[in-house]
Amino acid sequence: MNLLRSATLLRHLALTLLAGFALYLLSLELDPFRNFQLATVAAYLCATAGLTVLTGLSGQLSLGHGALMAVGAYTVALCQNTLAEHDVTGNGVLPLSLLAGVLVTMAAGFVIGLAAARLRGPYLAGVTLAVAVAVPAATVTFDELFNSEQGLGVYVEPPPLSLGPYFPNERWQAWIALLGALLTMLLLANLVRGRFGRTLRAVRDDEVAARLSGIDVARAQVQAFVVSAAGAGLGGGLLAVLAQSVSPGAFSLTLSLFLLMAVVIGGLGSLSGAVWGALLLVALPDLAHQVSSGLVASSPAAAQRLEGNLPLLVFGLTLIVVMIAMPGGVQGLLHRVTGWARRRLPSR
Amino acid sequence: MDRFVFLTFDGLSKGAVLAAFALALVLIWRAARIVNFAQGAMAVAAAYAAYTVTTATGSYWLGLLAALVGGLLLGALVERAVMRFVDHRSPLAEVIVALGLVLVVQAALGMVYGNEFRAAAAPFSRTALEVGGVPLLSRYDLFVFGAVLLVLLGLALLFTRTGVGLRMRAAAFAPEVSRLLGVNVGGMLTLGWALASAVGALAAMLVLPTELGLHPHAMDLVFVSAFTAAVVGGLDSPPGAVVGGLSVGLILSYVSGYLGSDVTPMAVLALLLVVLLVRPGGLFAATVARQA
Amino acid sequence: MSELLRVEGLTAGYGAAPVLHEVDLSVPAGTIAAVLGANGAGKTTLLRTLSGLVRPSAGRVLLDGRPLTGVPVEKLVHLGMAHVPEGRGVVAELTVEENLRLGGLWRRDRADANKALAEVYELFEPLAKRRRSAGHQLSGGERQMLALGRALVARPRLLLLDEPSLGLAPKVTAQIMALLKQLRDRTGLTVLLVEQNVRSALSVADTGVVLALGRVVAATGADRLRDDEELRHAYLGF
Ligand SMILES: Nc1ncnc2c1ncn2[C@@H]1O[C@H](COP(=O)(O)OP(=O)(O)OP(=O)(O)O)[C@@H](O)[C@H]1O
Ligand SMILES: [Mg+2]
Repeated sequence: MNLLRSATLLRHLALTLLAGFALYLLSLELDPFRNFQLATVAAYLCATAGLTVLTGLSGQLSLGHGALMAVGAYTVALCQNTLAEHDVTGNGVLPLSLLAGVLVTMAAGFVIGLAAARLRGPYLAGVTLAVAVAVPAATVTFDELFNSEQGLGVYVEPPPLSLGPYFPNERWQAWIALLGALLTMLLLANLVRGRFGRTLRAVRDDEVAARLSGIDVARAQVQAFVVSAAGAGLGGGLLAVLAQSVSPGAFSLTLSLFLLMAVVIGGLGSLSGAVWGALLLVALPDLAHQVSSGLVASSPAAAQRLEGNLPLLVFGLTLIVVMIAMPGGVQGLLHRVTGWARRRLPSR
Repeated sequence: MDRFVFLTFDGLSKGAVLAAFALALVLIWRAARIVNFAQGAMAVAAAYAAYTVTTATGSYWLGLLAALVGGLLLGALVERAVMRFVDHRSPLAEVIVALGLVLVVQAALGMVYGNEFRAAAAPFSRTALEVGGVPLLSRYDLFVFGAVLLVLLGLALLFTRTGVGLRMRAAAFAPEVSRLLGVNVGGMLTLGWALASAVGALAAMLVLPTELGLHPHAMDLVFVSAFTAAVVGGLDSPPGAVVGGLSVGLILSYVSGYLGSDVTPMAVLALLLVVLLVRPGGLFAATVARQA
Repeated sequence: MSELLRVEGLTAGYGAAPVLHEVDLSVPAGTIAAVLGANGAGKTTLLRTLSGLVRPSAGRVLLDGRPLTGVPVEKLVHLGMAHVPEGRGVVAELTVEENLRLGGLWRRDRADANKALAEVYELFEPLAKRRRSAGHQLSGGERQMLALGRALVARPRLLLLDEPSLGLAPKVTAQIMALLKQLRDRTGLTVLLVEQNVRSALSVADTGVVLALGRVVAATGADRLRDDEELRHAYLGF
């Protein structure tokens, strides 16, 4: 058993290192804009991976993960700015801020989780929806700290000089974000494969049975929320670092819905699905931009409306279609296709 | 004191609208055991239809009519084309599909009308009439009360006095038996969605002139407040929705009057949490189960 | 006697494996046919397939010579078919009066629907006293009366009854059986009666059909089933 566990651990570690190396090579090839997109994917991945564990494994729906990302983002922003004001600089500052972001978001997740553990289905969805609406508004209420709708700038140090004077900032950002994402994936993958994952699945599949077999259901659900919040917090913090600013508009209800869409499309509960989802979150708006800039000749105002809303439309439609027609998402589809292929091939 | 009186009346007027919107949620919950998270977006879509008609014809009333008819059609369309195909065994699926609808509707509205606020017309003056020097209610508030009261009475009569209402209730409680008795259960479900969506559209028409105006997201917060109102009432009970709506309206009016309007969303969240955690059955629930 | 219900080669079930296998049946108008068989023989499935709740994979059902294939469940009541499901199907949230009204809502002739309602109250006096009670407040016997009465409000020609005696006192069962007989004789009602209580079913039935593992193993006069010891032993266990 123990041997098996450490084998899985080693496998995950090897996979992570491999992925890290491949991504490192990739980041060397990409132009700054693509590197920035890569970094954004990585930041989203932290959040989608966390959400897929929560919704897919423990069966709790959260419409508030955009808000949790805001918690992480604002914490990182405040930490970075405060430390910079006090002339605290160096390599350790950013990791420290990100850690603070993760911890504060985990605390927020704990509080929501406590309530969530007592709620089910539409009630939980309603409460988390209220969270998603309330958190951006809080930035207005406490405007001295959060500066209302304008939001805050985030001080981020440039890439270390040791990398050379012309080192593209975007590549540096990509490295930071990818490091965060890989770490998240590694930790979550191990959690999900282990006892924690089994407990969550048991709770999701049959709460009563889980309770009868000695599982503390409420505890497991709160833990799931905390773990998931950690991912959201890191993702939000990374977004703040990438954009070098935070504002409530970036963490609206729509972001929460996007995250949900991403994990549904990727396949609920699947970490690889979370990768697909994060990719889509970045790729689709980009695609919409290209589509609508093709139309720019006809009317610039219309093109702008189209560009802003096309991704929403596509996301919404995909969400509906996937949920009705292929609840397993992309990952489920891949499973079916590979399974089909495997069944097909030997018979030849 | 004057301020308190003013806020009370203002809260009742807000609450009447929330009651109507909560009622729309309750209607669908009773008919299909679904909380329609897309209701806010659908109601805004109907309000945009009214905006277009009113702009074209200059008549508020034709616009209102367009909103109601548009609401009916949109509700029926959503049930027929989308909700009917959702796997009802999974509690997540319905909510997620409804959220997908939110994105679609809001995106479509944004594409057609743009994402800026547009003024929503009110048919009557919104300046409060003074009674003994104290500003109490505007003509518009009276219109709101009248409209909501009319809807309440209409729905009550429909469900208790007519064959269609009896069919709708039976279809919701016992679909199979109802079919054996000649009730077109699928049709009743569509009708339920259409009705609820029209009531939601009316609520949007009533509330939008009192807020910032028309915007694809204009009903987001209203939805959350109305959901809270419906939960206060127990989600299952139309009278509960009315009382829930009025109380939530009052509370939010005091909060925004004394603490500032930006505190409202947090107050809604707090209220919702308190109700769900302290009185999980809602104030009117006949049953205890909250694990829909 | 003309044939009201005819079933030809009916095969139906819930999943891949059918529950009913090529069932043939013929019920003349104005008669009571008892459907008998062990638990799980497929009696309920037969009735549910007749009224379209279960879709047959083969075979067809004819009412008055008219095939019912493709007719939606909710239209069958227009053709004169009423089905009182197993477990009775009283809508617990509605009152007695509402349950009964529901039975006649589909009818155009409101006056006659109201008349039928009054007749049911006459027929089942306990119901008349409890008009305003919710369905869930009724006793088992009252519920059975309500379900039966609700079906009668539709003035059906063919009544499908699934275990009306379930959980009822023998005296009440006897009353119901007597009522069925009376309705048959007075109004020419045709009844397909699924029963576990073989004796009381055969006491009023004209014909009997025995189902075993989803197949018709005997279809004959009720008196033969009553008197033929061999048949009784083989299929009905008494
Ligand atoms: N909804 C269902 N899904 C799957 N199988 C079913 C379903 N209902 C019944 N069956 C199966 O079909 C077979 C026949 O069941 P049916 O209810 O028709 O029997 P029955 O003769 O009415 O029995 P009883 O006398 O106990 O009411 C049984 O083996 C049963 O397990
Ligand atoms: Mg049976």
